[in-house]
Amino acid sequence: MSDAILSVEELQTHFFTRAGVLKAVDGVSFSVGKGRILGLVGESGSGKSVTGYSILRLVDAPGKIVGGRILLKGKDLAALDPEAMRRTRGAVVSMIFQDPMMTLNPVLKIGTQMVAAIKAHVKISTADARKQARDALALVGIPAPDERLDVYPHHLSGGMRQRVAIAIALLHKPAVIIADEPTTALDVSIQSQILAEVRRLADQTGTAFVWVTHDLSVVSSLADDIAVMYAGRIVESGETGAVLAHPKHPYTAGLMASVPSQAERGQKLVQIKGSTPSLAHLPEGCSFRPRCPRATDICKTMPALLPLGDTKVRCHHPIVEHAS
Amino acid sequence: MFGFFIQRIVQAAIVVVAMSILVFVGVYAIGNPIDVMIDPAATQEIRDNLIRQYGFDRPLYEQYFVFVGNVLQGDFGQSFIYRVPVLDLIFSRLPATFELALGAMLLASVVGIPLGIWAGYRPHAFSSKAIMTLSILGFSLPTFWVGLLLVMTFAVQLHWLPSGGRGPTSDLLGVPLSFLTPTGWSYLILPAFNLALFNMGLLIRLARAGTLEAMSSDYVRFARAQGLKESKVVGLHVLKNISIPIVTVFGLEFGSTLAFAVVTETIFNWPGVGKLIIDSIMVLDRPVMVAYLILVVLLFVIINLVVDLLYGVLDPRIRARRSA
Repeated sequence: MSDAILSVEELQTHFFTRAGVLKAVDGVSFSVGKGRILGLVGESGSGKSVTGYSILRLVDAPGKIVGGRILLKGKDLAALDPEAMRRTRGAVVSMIFQDPMMTLNPVLKIGTQMVAAIKAHVKISTADARKQARDALALVGIPAPDERLDVYPHHLSGGMRQRVAIAIALLHKPAVIIADEPTTALDVSIQSQILAEVRRLADQTGTAFVWVTHDLSVVSSLADDIAVMYAGRIVESGETGAVLAHPKHPYTAGLMASVPSQAERGQKLVQIKGSTPSLAHLPEGCSFRPRCPRATDICKTMPALLPLGDTKVRCHHPIVEHAS
Repeated sequence: MFGFFIQRIVQAAIVVVAMSILVFVGVYAIGNPIDVMIDPAATQEIRDNLIRQYGFDRPLYEQYFVFVGNVLQGDFGQSFIYRVPVLDLIFSRLPATFELALGAMLLASVVGIPLGIWAGYRPHAFSSKAIMTLSILGFSLPTFWVGLLLVMTFAVQLHWLPSGGRGPTSDLLGVPLSFLTPTGWSYLILPAFNLALFNMGLLIRLARAGTLEAMSSDYVRFARAQGLKESKVVGLHVLKNISIPIVTVFGLEFGSTLAFAVVTETIFNWPGVGKLIIDSIMVLDRPVMVAYLILVVLLFVIINLVVDLLYGVLDPRIRARRSA
């Protein structure tokens, strides 16, 4: 994609532990265009969150970005010095987190936290910063934003807190927001409100989102594009509709089959057999091989992520029969 | 809030009554002051007269109620030795101890809290490990030994500072104080440092533990994702969160420093209450001992109350729970 705002190329983030080097992210590439939403999907431990943190260079030790480029508006974030990276965070790329109960500081007023976030990037009086903060709260649909500035996070519901977090992430009109499962901790009705809000904001402000989640139903209703991760690599990517209509990787197909639906009421839920491999003991070749119903000997070599039809898939035996 | 206050006052009253009984019985058990007060060659008649005069012939509970009756009228009795009202005696010595204890606690905080925050912020740095080693020394070396070393080094060998006493004082609102003049400081600094060492060690550990925990929290990560400077992340988000345990320990330790500065006051010949109580125990000056111990109890009760009230200021969640 040439009009990409963010493009991640061959990103590698490894954790140097006593048990050995864990390749949490191992050669991940994707790109997001202006105002588009990319759903980064995978199970726990697939490296999707680490990918998100890597983009902001917020991976805690012993994790380290060891390879690849993170091009944000043409600038490589992986090569920035710490101060330049700090000035980028919040201003050009920001992040929202999974648990809205934990991401706001419980002992500081909403206004105090927002003013600090504004002053991190612009020289501005506190009064003006508060005005900006109030406008940001109004933008994400928080009623009575003036009063909200003077309350503490525990006065707000989970959904409200996540809206505040989104408002903070939007303060400096960043080009990209990384969202790490931000609706997982919310109940379903609040979740759909937030998703609608995010969709509206992406269209309205042109901010691109990388939406990290394990929840396929969220992705299907929200994301323009989708990238499925497994054991530190992308195994399938493409436009959401195309990928979900005809999943070609056996893992994507397995994930979709395991989503419970009304039609199979009373039936036993489908599972992918086995569990996510430990990063310390990845199988040789395709990481999904031990769990894959279609695996053969050739799967002992790592397949490449290759275009197939209108999507890309990393598999020696992609599912093509129902594609025609 | 008002209900909370009343509840605390009632609790405090119970503590004070229970402690007054314990103190009274305890001091009674130490020994008979008559033996110390009068000439061993005095006749039995003089002896009996004195015993009757002080009421030592009456049963313990009667003595206690007489004492309580007097206390309720503001009369803690007269010192057997100095022949002046006990309260006057204690209050004449209190400013010296108060100044010493406050100096020690401020020194401990000003040095200990930043060092502790640093050690928690960079737990693997060599400087942090050095700080932690020093903090162990700080609260495991016996105060009297460190005090003697300080006198040996700075007074006897180097002649930089006086070896003891309080030196000249200047009055502030009628209270004699040392810290107003450089000479006064020269007398104050060694005993204050001696008394501060233990608390310094304690505050270093406390600040480190709090900082370590806060640094791995989501709100710190979120603050960094907003592009806040590290100084702001620590100075705003972390500091406010670790202040609750620090205020608690500061309060309690201020109380015990005030009450038990005995060792330091003895070594540095500081004319404070600690020195007075040691002298009084030597000669079984009961009214001084009882009054002093009861004042200490009152002091702790008041400090605890202040600390509890401060919690509400520092942590909005506690405030909410109390008013509910």
